[in-house]
Amino acid sequence: MIPELGHYALVLALALAVVQAFVPLIGALYRDATLMRLATSTALAQFVFVAVSFGALTACYVTSDFSVANVFENSHSMMPLVYKFTSVWGNHEGSMLLWVLILSLFGAGVAAFGGNLPVRLKALVLAVQSWIATSFYLFILLTSNPFLRLPQAPFEGRDLNPILQDPGLAIHPPLLYLGYVGFSIAFSFAIAALIEGRIDAAWARWVRPWTLAAWMALTVGIAMGSYWAYYELGWGGYWFWDPVENASLMPWLAGTALLHSAVVMEKRNALKIWTLLLAILAFSLSLIGTFLVRSGVLTSVHTFANDPSRGVFILAILVFFIGGGLTLFAWRAPLLKQGGLFAPISREGALVFNNLFLTTACLTVFVGTLYPLALEALTGEKISVGAPFFNLTFAPLFVPLLVAMPFGPLLAWKRGDIYGAAQRLVAAFGVALVGLAATFVAHGAHGVLAPFGIGLAFFVMVGALVDLAERTGLFRLPLATVKARAAGLPRSAWGTAVAHFGVGVTVLGIVCVTSWASERIVSLKPSQHVSLAGYDVTFDGVGQRNGPNFREMVAHFTVRRGGVVIGAMDPAKRTFATRAMSTTEAALMTRGVSQLYLSLGDTNEDGSVAVRLYHKPLVLLIWLGAVVMMLGGALSLSDRRLRIGAPKPAAKSALQPAE
Amino acid sequence: MRRLAIIALALALVVPAAAFAVQPDEILKDPALEARARDLSRELRCMVCQNQSIDDSDAPLARDLRLLVRQRLQAGDSDQQVLDFLVARYGEFVLLKPRLEWHTLLLWGLTPAALVAGGFALMLMARRRRAVPLQATPLTADEEKRLATLVDPAAPER
Repeated sequence: MIPELGHYALVLALALAVVQAFVPLIGALYRDATLMRLATSTALAQFVFVAVSFGALTACYVTSDFSVANVFENSHSMMPLVYKFTSVWGNHEGSMLLWVLILSLFGAGVAAFGGNLPVRLKALVLAVQSWIATSFYLFILLTSNPFLRLPQAPFEGRDLNPILQDPGLAIHPPLLYLGYVGFSIAFSFAIAALIEGRIDAAWARWVRPWTLAAWMALTVGIAMGSYWAYYELGWGGYWFWDPVENASLMPWLAGTALLHSAVVMEKRNALKIWTLLLAILAFSLSLIGTFLVRSGVLTSVHTFANDPSRGVFILAILVFFIGGGLTLFAWRAPLLKQGGLFAPISREGALVFNNLFLTTACLTVFVGTLYPLALEALTGEKISVGAPFFNLTFAPLFVPLLVAMPFGPLLAWKRGDIYGAAQRLVAAFGVALVGLAATFVAHGAHGVLAPFGIGLAFFVMVGALVDLAERTGLFRLPLATVKARAAGLPRSAWGTAVAHFGVGVTVLGIVCVTSWASERIVSLKPSQHVSLAGYDVTFDGVGQRNGPNFREMVAHFTVRRGGVVIGAMDPAKRTFATRAMSTTEAALMTRGVSQLYLSLGDTNEDGSVAVRLYHKPLVLLIWLGAVVMMLGGALSLSDRRLRIGAPKPAAKSALQPAE
Repeated sequence: MRRLAIIALALALVVPAAAFAVQPDEILKDPALEARARDLSRELRCMVCQNQSIDDSDAPLARDLRLLVRQRLQAGDSDQQVLDFLVARYGEFVLLKPRLEWHTLLLWGLTPAALVAGGFALMLMARRRRAVPLQATPLTADEEKRLATLVDPAAPER
């Protein structure tokens, strides 16, 4: 009964979406406010019905209803409750349902909080949003129905993939999808603006909060996925340039560019056409990411050809929205008026520079990810494009970007003074040079990456602080004035500085881990020990443990530093009987922001155990930096001008109590 | 392995198969040679895996390749010779960083070309903007009249 209810709710959501895709458009055409306002109600109702549908699938998982094929394939009655919840989206069908849940959530958000939007724009935005929703509801109902029943209910499920039985699954996919899908709002706004043929600074202000929210979620989502891979996979890498990762990185790069160009549009009414294009591209890349991951085209072009129903469906969605969006753009964008002149050296110029490098970086990832597929499809030749390629092409693009970053906020709009900005950054240069020199002395002649990387990271971080100090007049003005200025500083200015500081933090982490991570790979017998980076790790022995749906072999280690015991590390190997799969559970010991990382290899006949011990200096900064970036985004989102929105007409003679 | 990779892909998640790659018995006595072997391993693809280098992969094939790389290094091959040997044996697919050839021209060339073209386009635009004088179109007679009345309402209309 419950799965049928969920299925039916989804069909109703589809019906509502179809109505919402057309009726507001007709309303906009005939300027009928009633028809246009209909979109608000349908968007809210859509969310309710998708939520019911999602809730139904969740209920099936929580009650372990194995008569539902999807639950049977991906769940087990002995699984801890939290994983019963998370396995709802730990599979293709369920994750698509999460996708549309978030899509309808954003639609409902625009409907509920878009009260200050012009009626026509709001109607158009919600209609475009509903085209996207319609196509994905159809995709789920026609090719990926999670509510299909089995003719005979099995006694036990096949269990969730053990690698996914991790708290990471609870956080990573929802955040990632919030980011992916959040860009759909920017896309809908862009299409609506193109249909209307009108776009102005207010448009940028309306789009900004949605883009920011999506960007924040995507930032933390990617970082969370990276940390998950780091501790789960057992060899301590944090970024693999895997196509699946690249699929999430591309929308992030485009979205970051969009955030910056939208600032120019909002403040200076310039870069309108470019901003529209980025809004279309950011969501297009999200769709491409969805296609890459969902269609199986990555595994091999041939698996895609063998079972093409899903892939072709998504490809059709892709072609419709990207092709349609870009065609509309090519047709209508030239009609939009460009405004706001500026000199090359100016805040606008710096943001254009940022956009040039971010979009080029995005292009690199795009080409590197898709080139092998295209080449194989066209010529049959197989090549691999992996980490060494991206390290060589992607990283150099970020160096000029990071060097320019502290300058941007210090330049004035329209016409900036780069020498003045450089003078004000003298403290940042100083700290960077000290860092560079100190690293060079300590590190010796092991290449230039480490000293320059450290210098660059310091420059970015101190540069962000200089920006704040300049704005508040710190060290120049009396403390009371500084306080008043700090309080009066727009939150978005704080947000910029904090987010830029976060970038520096992440860079510092990456440089330190790349330059100074050390490892030992050894076989240890009980009571033997291994030393690394001043830590002494002794193998005490092996024990067995039973988990709810797995057995694990736990190896016990004692960690000493300078002869003093500072803790224990218990890496494990888990064996999941249902899927006959095993996972390695690395043990992590956090010391400040550095980590000691221990993972188990094979057990030998003589009782020894292969272990891999890593020391990862400052590794946590990589992900903490992303969290700081997100906090910057949150500060910016709380800016007064975004909460208030565009000026509203004064409330009509509000009822006032008599005095 | 393969099934796992497919599942991971199906989930849009960053989870290649869990692995314990380089085994203690593989490590060479000579640290310099071992360091070279590790660097080379990171450039070579485990051909049965999903986008993993042989340094990261626990597949038996990856282990064979790692041992092979070390054998060649011990036999006195240069890094380039090792790579050439593996490409001759397994094809270009084994390289994670494709060589610059005619069929990888776009792969390597598109990014720098885009950067240069983008920079050039921006320069052109800046120049064109400068060429266009910032002066607005002159006011029409009608507008002049309105302006005059606005500036000095007392002045008689001409």
